[in-house]
Amino acid sequence: MSHAVQIKNPYLPEAMRLIRRNPLTEDVHFFQVRAVDMERALSLDYSPGQFMMVSIPGIGEAPFSISSTPSRPGLLEFGIRRVGRITDAIFKLKENSLIGVRGPYGNGFPIDNMTGHNLIIVMGGLGAIPLRSLLFYALDNRDHFNNIYLLYGAKRPAEMLFRKEFLNLREREDLKCLLTVDKDDTGKWPCYTGLVTNLFRHVTDFDPQKTTVVVIGPPVMYKFVIAEILKLNIPKHQILMSLERRMKCGVGKCGHCILGGYIYTCLEGPVFSYWDVMNMKGLI
Amino acid sequence: MNSGVRQDNRFILQKIDDVSTLDLTALRTTLPFKKLLVPPKFSLFHFDSKGYATDFSTLQKRVIFGLHPCDIKALLIMDEFHAKEFKDPYYYERRNRTVIIGLSCLPDDKCFCNATGNETVTEGFDLFLTDLGEYFLVWVGSSRGDDLVRECPKLTDANVGHEDLKKYMQWQKHRSRQFKMDIDLTAMPEIVELSYDSHVWEQEGKKCLSCGACTIVCPTCPCYTVLDEAELVKMEGERVRRWDSCMFREYSMVAGGHNFREARSERLRLRFIHKLQSFVGKFGKPACVGCGRCLDTCPVGIDILSMVKHLQGEEVRA
Repeated sequence: MSHAVQIKNPYLPEAMRLIRRNPLTEDVHFFQVRAVDMERALSLDYSPGQFMMVSIPGIGEAPFSISSTPSRPGLLEFGIRRVGRITDAIFKLKENSLIGVRGPYGNGFPIDNMTGHNLIIVMGGLGAIPLRSLLFYALDNRDHFNNIYLLYGAKRPAEMLFRKEFLNLREREDLKCLLTVDKDDTGKWPCYTGLVTNLFRHVTDFDPQKTTVVVIGPPVMYKFVIAEILKLNIPKHQILMSLERRMKCGVGKCGHCILGGYIYTCLEGPVFSYWDVMNMKGLI
Repeated sequence: MNSGVRQDNRFILQKIDDVSTLDLTALRTTLPFKKLLVPPKFSLFHFDSKGYATDFSTLQKRVIFGLHPCDIKALLIMDEFHAKEFKDPYYYERRNRTVIIGLSCLPDDKCFCNATGNETVTEGFDLFLTDLGEYFLVWVGSSRGDDLVRECPKLTDANVGHEDLKKYMQWQKHRSRQFKMDIDLTAMPEIVELSYDSHVWEQEGKKCLSCGACTIVCPTCPCYTVLDEAELVKMEGERVRRWDSCMFREYSMVAGGHNFREARSERLRLRFIHKLQSFVGKFGKPACVGCGRCLDTCPVGIDILSMVKHLQGEEVRA
């Protein structure tokens, strides 16, 4: 029996180098990773909203959102919260060590459908990690979008991810940067205090039919934020969110991320519209 | 060659060296063919300080003999599933080395391939043998199958006449009369959709032991988990892939402990939405082929038949 040429193996990680790491908050750290081969590092393409499977041999593998933008090639950036066995091991890595990475996986944000739209980016908690990718992508391709709004709510100033980076964005005239904390325990917070939902009153003067809202945050945030968004008359398929699920493969085989009965989050998600979420039940 | 072999009151699919141990009456094997194409546990790759390496060179060519139409339909589902989007090399490196010889069967009281539309097959095998008493009618389903037949010209006779076909028709009619199961899958996707909030899930979920036996014996269940098995001292080991089950509690649990399907009823509902609703929407047919394995296996009597009856609102025999 003749035997076909070996099939490309999507399960094999690629060795990448951890270039730099620094803390974003107490338990969330920022990791910059680069393919060992420079040509490969520069040609690695992905979309905002996609994720990679990161491996520590001997410990295991888990999915992580990409936080960098493809418009700034060469480096992959991740924001990782220390929450379990694998992230524990990642937190023990020193700069310059090798880790296994494969991907990118998932659908990412539907950039083509968003082109020419106003873009409202709403983040809470770890939602800032994947949305930073979209935000910088949009700022790097500024003429592809109409008005851009950034709404970010954190509990306290110290818990705001990418705090310095985002505070600097307030100076830009082509972005409305609205940052809020539930409680200012420093007395020096220069922006808003209160819930992220309060920020929507500053989002004015736009055509809802030509607007895409992207909201990622902890489950408790969705209910209230989506109620605000619906008040703005933005169509349900133009309200986007990204879901977290258990994943063991990233390539639509292991089954753990299944939604409804046959939607693989790793293939058809992690980005879904509010219509999908309403239609499929049990998603958020 | 792997084939159905009798063991106590069951049939198991196992390697045979002696054709006399082969049992032509073997009906459903406890575990389906999937154990030969995606073994219950195997290494995805070896890792050490040098990197990651997969080795397919030790995989052997083999024949699976005696798959029945339900299993062959399940094989087609598995073929499609493992080919789409990202082609799975572990499945296909084994599949490409495997010859499938199908065998006709007469249903028992747990067979319902007639209700799932899988009572006959026209593809998915290299050869398919129908037992017509004094001889077998052989369907050649692939170029490899054709080679097999030509390899042993003494065993076959290319002249299939009208009498043979008549016999074959009679046999088919006889077989279709043997089905005893009363199950009707009409409009099941709609029934499942409308039953999302039904009390049936909670009621059956209370009985479910979360043992995963239903998914292990199901020929169309492909889910797995991945774990690293490392040496204690040196940085070396295997990344291992092992069958998993959507009935297990940790199946949908993410890091930090949040569980998207904490309740047994939620996991049970996922399984039946998958088999009877969503899969139909995606592939135009249910992911249940009617093999009867879950009816034979579930220790508390939750299976496709009982769930369908419950959802249709009928009484179910205890």
